[in-house]
Amino acid sequence: MTRGRVPPALLVPAIGGLIFLVLPLAGLLWRTPWAGLPQRLTEPGVVEALKLSLLTASLATAVCLILGVPLAWMLARAEFPGRRLVRALITVPLVLPPVVGGIALLLALGRRGLLGGWLYSTFRVSLPFTTAGVVVAEAFVALPFLVISVEGALRGADSRYEEAAATLGASRWTTFTHVTLPLVAPGIAAGGVLCWARALGEFGATITFAGNYPGITQTMPLAVYQTMESGDLDGAVVLSLILLAVSVTILAALRDRWLTAP
Amino acid sequence: MADRAVSLLEARLVVRRGEFHLDVALSIARGETVALLGPNGAGKTTALRALAGLTPLSGGFLRVDGRDLSATPPEHRRVGVVFQDYLLFPHLSARDNVAFGPRRQGVDRRTAHETADRWLERVGLTDLARRKPRHLSGGQAQRVALARALAVDPVLLLLDEPLAALDARTRLETRAELHRHLAAHPGATLLVTHDPLDALVLADRLIVIEGGRVVQEGDAATITARPRTDYVAQLVGLNLYRGRGDGHAVRLDSGFVLTATDSVHGDAFVAFPPAAVALHPAQPDGSPRNTWPAVLTDIQRHGDNLRVRLDGPIVVAADITPAAAAHLDLAPGRELWAAVKASETRAYPAGVPEA
Repeated sequence: MTRGRVPPALLVPAIGGLIFLVLPLAGLLWRTPWAGLPQRLTEPGVVEALKLSLLTASLATAVCLILGVPLAWMLARAEFPGRRLVRALITVPLVLPPVVGGIALLLALGRRGLLGGWLYSTFRVSLPFTTAGVVVAEAFVALPFLVISVEGALRGADSRYEEAAATLGASRWTTFTHVTLPLVAPGIAAGGVLCWARALGEFGATITFAGNYPGITQTMPLAVYQTMESGDLDGAVVLSLILLAVSVTILAALRDRWLTAP
Repeated sequence: MADRAVSLLEARLVVRRGEFHLDVALSIARGETVALLGPNGAGKTTALRALAGLTPLSGGFLRVDGRDLSATPPEHRRVGVVFQDYLLFPHLSARDNVAFGPRRQGVDRRTAHETADRWLERVGLTDLARRKPRHLSGGQAQRVALARALAVDPVLLLLDEPLAALDARTRLETRAELHRHLAAHPGATLLVTHDPLDALVLADRLIVIEGGRVVQEGDAATITARPRTDYVAQLVGLNLYRGRGDGHAVRLDSGFVLTATDSVHGDAFVAFPPAAVALHPAQPDGSPRNTWPAVLTDIQRHGDNLRVRLDGPIVVAADITPAAAAHLDLAPGRELWAAVKASETRAYPAGVPEA
């Protein structure tokens, strides 16, 4: 600090906030049965759930990138009627409790749902209680995070570069792929990481829409919940720790590679 | 001025945006460089954006080489634009920036790179081809931007304040170099600037706009000798007054009469340079002069001399030597007599626009 002392009215709550965030993590570490850890790690159910979590979160992030980046572009660059309404709609899943989101997904994509009925009768495709269903549930919950952060990045990027590209003969699509995307790549990476982290931790919508079948839909958060419910607190702690360690490691690695400003 | 046989660009640009209303007629011949000069907010950049297709026309027309372009999107116009802050793509090397245009025209990567290398050589930047824009100096970035605009072989080259972002010394070198490239450009060139020196050095013809309208148009000699608005007068460093001429006398609205050697009748301008104003501690003798009592309001350095502003029956700028200033004991509030020889003024009719 070069501008004098930090006012206590800001310092005290700031320290309080930090403790509030760190204390539960400390509690987790404190309760970890370190002795039985290696043995727990190799239990087949654990590895299975971890693999499924990483797979579904990555697929959900891919889905979010494919759908979300164009959506963010539309919101940031295109002029169309009802744009404010669209932006408001996108924020709804953000404030919706995930369990409610799961029920909504069932009503839309379930075998008798709005779109799901047609999917089933035409293609014999049914999403609920499948691994694909997990991906759908996670993508539904994580998409707003990606759209909002990428839209922010697009708004922050200087759109005059796109005008310069147009004067050089680039179509809007070429401009998007050759100029806009490279310019906002750090923002998209940040949004993708946020999206992935949200998908990895997803619980409510997944258990409601996809159920809790080991090996098929039981992701790590669901496995933690089930172990806890069965009275095995030590097991739940170990699973939690693994999830925590994996996500922190991956986020830290991505942060170094992608999220440092050029 | 000589009428050019065929204009490559013919346009009347009408853009309405809220309170602002641009309505400017333009024509530029093949190989000609026209400077669009005007104060901030005059609509210079809007006119340039309309020509590039970045701002839609609300009215008027735009023809390049006989083809109507008013509804053509920018990517199909074959214009080259050098933007004020260059807008080089930060993620591409200098070479890829220049190759960007040729690539979009469907040229394969290798040929586009060859084109880019040729242009970089012409602007003297072969050594820096692999550098990213953030590792280029302002002058180098300006040259890459010029090469990028020219590499698409534009029919119409547009430059928006191309030298404004450079420091004084780089500007001098870059201006000379830019002059060379503009002279070699076979298409039409429009240069937007607020710097009269850029306009005088780089352009064959000047168009001055204020408040979205053309206020004066012509070659440098005409405009510098016969300004038609206060802005242009200030730009070229003249004192300018408007009044009614009756032979050698021009009566201003305030009732003050200026005597000129030129003879004018009706609505007229009188202009004279600040150096033509002589200052005296008391009323001078001698009849063929305009003299009036004045009060000094401001003194500033102006090159080797001092420029003073005087209040009185007319507001006037005068240039005097430091020696004269010391002799006259100049300070704001000082009462003096100002004198201008009739032979150093120029009077010309205001009604008829310059042909």
